[in-house]
Amino acid sequence: MGEWLRDRLARVAGPQLAGLLVPVAAVLAAFLIGAVMMLALGANPLEGYWALLEGAFGDVDALADTALKSMPLLLVGIGICIAFRASVINIGGEGQMIAGAIVSTLVALGFPDLPRVLLVPLVLVGGLVGGALWGALPGALKAYSGVNEILSTIMLNIVAVQLMNFLLRDPIMDPYEKEHGRLPQTERLSENSDLPLLPGGTRLHVGILVAVAMAGLAYVLLWRTALGYRLRAVGHSAAAARYAGMPVKRTIVAALTFSGAMCGLAGAILVFGSESHRFVTDGSSVGFTGSAGFNGIVTALFGGLHPLWTIPSSFFFGGLQFGANAMQRAVQVPAALIVGLNGLVVVFVVSSDRLRRVVGESLAQGRRIRSGESIDG
Amino acid sequence: MGDFFTVASLVFVVGSGIRLATPFLLAGLGEAIGQRSGVLNLGVDGVMLLGAFGAYWTIYETQSPVLGVFVGLGVGLVMGVVYAVITVGLKAEQGISGIGIFLFGLGISDLLFQKQVGTPFPIRGFGDWHVPLLSDIPKVGEMFFQHSVLVYVAFALVPAVAFLLNRTTFGLNVRAVGENPAAADSLGVSVARVRTTTILMANTLAGLAGAVLSIELGIFQQNLTNGQGFIAIALVYFGAWRPVGVMGGALLFGLVSATVLQWKTLGLVSGAASSLTAMAPAVLTILALVVISRTVGQPAALTRPFERGH
Repeated sequence: MGEWLRDRLARVAGPQLAGLLVPVAAVLAAFLIGAVMMLALGANPLEGYWALLEGAFGDVDALADTALKSMPLLLVGIGICIAFRASVINIGGEGQMIAGAIVSTLVALGFPDLPRVLLVPLVLVGGLVGGALWGALPGALKAYSGVNEILSTIMLNIVAVQLMNFLLRDPIMDPYEKEHGRLPQTERLSENSDLPLLPGGTRLHVGILVAVAMAGLAYVLLWRTALGYRLRAVGHSAAAARYAGMPVKRTIVAALTFSGAMCGLAGAILVFGSESHRFVTDGSSVGFTGSAGFNGIVTALFGGLHPLWTIPSSFFFGGLQFGANAMQRAVQVPAALIVGLNGLVVVFVVSSDRLRRVVGESLAQGRRIRSGESIDG
Repeated sequence: MGDFFTVASLVFVVGSGIRLATPFLLAGLGEAIGQRSGVLNLGVDGVMLLGAFGAYWTIYETQSPVLGVFVGLGVGLVMGVVYAVITVGLKAEQGISGIGIFLFGLGISDLLFQKQVGTPFPIRGFGDWHVPLLSDIPKVGEMFFQHSVLVYVAFALVPAVAFLLNRTTFGLNVRAVGENPAAADSLGVSVARVRTTTILMANTLAGLAGAVLSIELGIFQQNLTNGQGFIAIALVYFGAWRPVGVMGGALLFGLVSATVLQWKTLGLVSGAASSLTAMAPAVLTILALVVISRTVGQPAALTRPFERGH
């Protein structure tokens, strides 16, 4: 626990007090802008936000639904932490989620009769593998061909969406739908692949435990293994890491592979934790992922690119997503507002580095001037 | 079941391919200008969505397509100011802040549409303008000279942007700032001013691209762009940062989309197989990226914020 705890404590106690406040301030600023928008649309922002918070965190069922919403955000967020720590910008969360969903669905369709204790872990591994492949590809392209990973991951998102549409419209389409409804979806997948529900009578399933465990594992990976050390060293300075004799290229591939695996697991959990227990497409990636591939970037940034801090961060943003529906019902402001505000949070968090320095410098300057030192000195 | 390789069918595909290429081209040209100065804008898709909604809503309320275009441009310009403050003023990480802009545009355009319009109501566009004489040439006229005025504007911008980048002092400054901002700065070129200008141009064009999309389709809906802005960014790499190259990429995407649509209409491919065809441009772009990254260098200072003395 040492390093991050020290880091956090130093921030709270030390001169970088602002460090911890940044994400909080970013959310407050975004919600202030949201409040102005609500006023402009003729709604009462206090009423709206109250409905949102109550809808998201008000009772046990709400908390369970919030946890369900936060699951993909957490897993993608963990993946983003791993990639960003290695200075690899993974924009391919959407495609990696789809790839994970595809492979895990194929596993469930291939071995429907395996007992549940085997099939459930197997489909989750399928998700990991699918996502890992979809992450390793842009990783290898970056490491060995110098292809910018931002672009290759964006392109692979498109490829994954079309692959999903193709598979769900023909090869693995529900035979019944093929004859009648033409809904692009699989048949109801084997009951032995359903993620077991947690006790308590809510819709919450074991996926949440898996996701939290992954956050712990990712923490161990990043801070307690040689590979994690290399990842962070490459992220800090690829040139220095190379000079120190580290295999930079392999490390970059590993970063995107692990990152993709987390996203792929999120995709598998979306399929096997769904109410319908089918893999369904509406033709777009957002229709399947709910933009989790992008929103995971928000939760990771908000969690300071730390897998463990990404847990509360994801829970918070999952709550916003789920509570947004209650807000929509209460004040008739569409839930899409929250998607927009998430974007603002990202913008504010990444802009704040500079802002913090500027503010810090001017404060320091003020102190120097007051104490009679020259500004240049 | 019809035959794809008839003259009429091919003429139709080329014509609609050019139309479908237009939003890619406009957004891609803007992104190319920005990237030549060292600024990556991943928020194009969000700006396009806002521009598309702005134009749609304006026309919905006023019935004036011209006003709609100007609102699209204006929305892009405003987003350009925002992005300039973030990336030039506050020197934020460009890749990630662009995703923030994208999410903002995705959410807010959807919010405003649901709140202000609700149900997709078709709007009136410009209609096709037949270029005198040229449009009368058999086949050729139908393919190239019977389009909306917005299409001609977009393609006319290709040589204009090329001229701007390669033959003007401003263009020289843009390239200098994109390759070596420190050297440009030492020669008295204001890196901040050049980048702010290119960001404003890039976002204005993205807003226009969105406007063209909603006006040509005659509708708006949630996530209307469906990732077209992201493709436009890739086209800039595909086109090796040259306007003509961007146009080539835009036409490739447009023609492939048009071909798939035509195949579907003629019943030549099933819906499922058309998904496979639709991934072809993305795969081609990845392959092109592999080749390009070996042969052409990107602007050396791309994504690097500039700070004096660093």
